[in-house]
Amino acid sequence: MNTGIPLQYFLILAAIMFFTGIYGFLTRRNLITILMSVELILNSVNINFLAFNRYLYPHKIEGMFFSLFVIAVAAAEAAVAIAIIINIYRRFTTINVEDVNVMKF
Amino acid sequence: MMTGNQIMFALFSAMIVAFSILTVTSRRILRAAVYLLFVLVSTAGLYFMLNYQFLAAIQLTLYAGGIVVLIIFSVLLTSHIGQKFEPAGLKKNIFSALAAISGAILTIINILDYKFSATTIAASEVDMRVIGKGLLSVDHDGFVLPFEVVSVLLIAAMIGAIVVAKKGGPGEPESETVNK
Repeated sequence: MNTGIPLQYFLILAAIMFFTGIYGFLTRRNLITILMSVELILNSVNINFLAFNRYLYPHKIEGMFFSLFVIAVAAAEAAVAIAIIINIYRRFTTINVEDVNVMKF
Repeated sequence: MMTGNQIMFALFSAMIVAFSILTVTSRRILRAAVYLLFVLVSTAGLYFMLNYQFLAAIQLTLYAGGIVVLIIFSVLLTSHIGQKFEPAGLKKNIFSALAAISGAILTIINILDYKFSATTIAASEVDMRVIGKGLLSVDHDGFVLPFEVVSVLLIAAMIGAIVVAKKGGPGEPESETVNK
């Protein structure tokens, strides 16, 4: 199978993807783009789980199930987050995080 | 001389790095969503390379097919297509980039430093039968409890999303009365 690709390459790739997500999370102001950065972060964690599982414990499938549950939680999170974003847009007519600073009902 | 595996890995990783950087720096939101789609599809390619076909299919259908479509719909509902973001402030940009780059360098140094003990155990086949048994068995390597918790979570998220996004619930603000 993965002849000639060390485990470290996968981990470095996941680290770069994770910190790109962190950068986007810190600099973006639009709620939807912040959500996209969170998806990047979750995705990089999945790559780590699968690479560790395949390279270090290939006779087990725990890492695959963890990734499966992470994907399920990410889907639920995206659905709720987008419902909240649409509700915020309806109230404030903007989804810029700096303009939404009132928690009044 | 690179083998086919290495060429594919280089291609997928280059696509992932380039498109994830474009996702967080693009100033048009719809383009950022499409770049995110490319990142997720290349990640599915990596899963295929690692021989997790089931998870790659899940990644393609659920992430690339579901979440990205949801994100694009909400982009279309909440922003103007041609609108460009004004870039973040220079100070914020510099400090965020500094934090991200220093964190990445620290992590990569640690990864390269650590000696992972290579295993010689033969890889087990991950087919649908193994996955189904693993998800629903109650013995010590079964995952029936997280499976049930995730199903409850999905129902809760569905109901919660409907209730939150529903129009005209109790306490709906002035916008309703203005329209009348």
